[in-house]
Amino acid sequence: MTEAGKLRFHVPEPEVRPGGTPDFSNVTIPKAGSVARPEIDVDPRTIRDMAFSIIRVLNRNGEAVGPWAGLLTSDELLEGLRHMMTLRAFDARMQMAQRQGKTSFYMQHLGEEAVSCAFRKALAPGDMNFPTYRQAGLLIADDYPMVSMMNQIYSNEADPLKGRQLPVMYSSKEHGFFSISGNLATQYIQAVGWAMASAISNDSRIAAAWIGDGSTAESDFHAALVFASTYKAPVVLNVVNNQWAISTFQGIARGGSGTFAARGLGFGIPSLRVDGNDYLAVHAVAKWAVERARANLGPTLVEYVTYRVGAHSTSDDPSAYRPKAESDAWPLGDPVVRLKNHLIKLGVWSEERHSQAEAEILDTVIAAQKEAEGHGTLHAGGKPSARDMFEGVYAEMPQHLRRQRQQAGV
Amino acid sequence: MPRRTMIEAIRDAMDVSMGLDERVIVYGEDVGFFGGVFRCTQGLQAKYGKSRCFDAPISEAGIVGSAIGMAAYGLRPCVEVQFADYVYPAYDQIVSEAARLRYRSNGDFTCPIVVRMPTGGGIFGGQTHSQSPEALFTHVSGLKVVVPSNPADAKGLLIAAIEDPDPVIFLEPKRLYNGPFDGHHDRPVTPWSKHELGEVVDGHYTVPLGKAVVRRSGEALTVLAYGTMVYVAEAAVAETGIDAEIIDLRTLLPLDLETIVASVRKTGRCVVVHEATLTSGFGAELAALVQENCFYHLEAPVKRVAGWDTPYPHAQEWDYFPGPARVGRALVETMEGES
Repeated sequence: MTEAGKLRFHVPEPEVRPGGTPDFSNVTIPKAGSVARPEIDVDPRTIRDMAFSIIRVLNRNGEAVGPWAGLLTSDELLEGLRHMMTLRAFDARMQMAQRQGKTSFYMQHLGEEAVSCAFRKALAPGDMNFPTYRQAGLLIADDYPMVSMMNQIYSNEADPLKGRQLPVMYSSKEHGFFSISGNLATQYIQAVGWAMASAISNDSRIAAAWIGDGSTAESDFHAALVFASTYKAPVVLNVVNNQWAISTFQGIARGGSGTFAARGLGFGIPSLRVDGNDYLAVHAVAKWAVERARANLGPTLVEYVTYRVGAHSTSDDPSAYRPKAESDAWPLGDPVVRLKNHLIKLGVWSEERHSQAEAEILDTVIAAQKEAEGHGTLHAGGKPSARDMFEGVYAEMPQHLRRQRQQAGV
Repeated sequence: MPRRTMIEAIRDAMDVSMGLDERVIVYGEDVGFFGGVFRCTQGLQAKYGKSRCFDAPISEAGIVGSAIGMAAYGLRPCVEVQFADYVYPAYDQIVSEAARLRYRSNGDFTCPIVVRMPTGGGIFGGQTHSQSPEALFTHVSGLKVVVPSNPADAKGLLIAAIEDPDPVIFLEPKRLYNGPFDGHHDRPVTPWSKHELGEVVDGHYTVPLGKAVVRRSGEALTVLAYGTMVYVAEAAVAETGIDAEIIDLRTLLPLDLETIVASVRKTGRCVVVHEATLTSGFGAELAALVQENCFYHLEAPVKRVAGWDTPYPHAQEWDYFPGPARVGRALVETMEGES
């Protein structure tokens, strides 16, 4: 065999590692307003190019431009800003609470606040999200009580999940937020099943599936796309591409597909890419996809291009695998800052009011935290009963569990 | 009373359930138009429409995963995995999701699904059409595991499973689909029409989950069996002349420990039989429970007769399958008190 004839194994690598200079010059960022807005009943075959572009509304000057602009009033945008700021403040406090030993674990949304907060506003009551562990903005933007979230994080006596679940694995049927599982991608196909059930029942509610870039490699992602495509299920298939799956850069999951949105094309699913740090763009694209689903036109795949600014979790140190300043170099900026600048440009907001709002939100979060800590934290104060450990495995407790509960002396 | 095959009884159970409750949805590979590779869903699509009974892509994870989503919505999916041997791609969905949904959400979401799958050997099915994976499910908290052995039970248990608020793994011994089978592969097979347990009541009835039944009363020893092995045990008892009590467990999880313990305390001896491989098989759990609960009543070690710890072979079908001769030997040895 000649040297040239020998096969060589290919393993993708990120452009830069720790110590290097962050470089996103390979990321093509289309101008805000440059991507067309098709009708919702568009023939998917005619918009294949949208899977390779990025829909953006906010330009560098903080102006909302192009065909995807103009859907939200300034009051709605101010509300959106408040949601994102609340999520960020909530994250910061809970991150600190974990460091103080008040809980075992936490996962932040830093840099990704627009995705879940804006998406939530495109849904109607009764719609169901099947989130991952990084979409708490769906709860914040639906005014789920922060103190309940904290009770869950603290696994205290008021924890709605009775201390059974790892922190951040929330569940709220009432708020259209499906129970989070630690097993990645499983909820993606479940969302499709929920949507199929809604169609079978001639309902008008739709489902939203959520997955990260890394988890698209799981086989449940594929199953979900097949089922969604086959049955034209009323579901929005969301892919949050924050560039990183713990230490693994997105190229490891994406391979040669170019974009994650492009994965949808082979299934005949209209697939859009959107600036995930642009609250207006996220909302507009979400609304488009939700309307398609609601009109029985079938599934849409949406890739949110964003960046995971924080560590993967409180158990992670990103400086071991990527440059420290990489998030500063991210070309799509910060979602909170961008919406803030837009609102200032509109004349309905100011730096002063922003600082004031920050302080008010922090007060609200701290008040909720005090209330939650009054119910206990992981290692101190009130906690769920050991009896709760045996409840809820089945609707009715079988004999063998009764015996074990007795043995446990609870 | 009409006599039905197990296939007809299972179909009837779905028919009755779909007729009574429009939330019951039936789907799986080849389940719709064609009526299933074993005919278990024949006619259901024509009767209830494609929204209630339909064909699925070849994706076990997709079938079970979508069923979990449907159950979370409020439907009651009864889905099929074509062979139990092909359930493994859905294992994550069953173990990590279906079984835990109620627990992890504190009842906010529940998972009333049934996953039907043909199981067991004795049909020259080779490695991937003969397996008995029940122990992979009995080890999972939050699941119920059912194995019927006759048409009358199959219908009643399946209706009960569909109506149950929790996920049920429903294993159908395909060797029993058309008639009872006692392991005598060299003899002609008798159809269910010749067997009293082929009598299946019309309309709605249930056989409660978690309840075993004594198939043969006896004083000498207790045989714990389920599925095809119930008939093998009956043959072995007839051929050895040992007055054994044969218990058909019907539900493996939750287990009817009361019936088992009462029998073994009476007989003082116990043989556990299953087709599945021996090591860490469900028989180990049964033997442990009998030992724990009946130790002072036991006059001989609890013996297990099971499939060998090998993949299920093709040509060696009858060397592998624990037939009446092997079970009979175990009965005799247990009576002699040898281990």
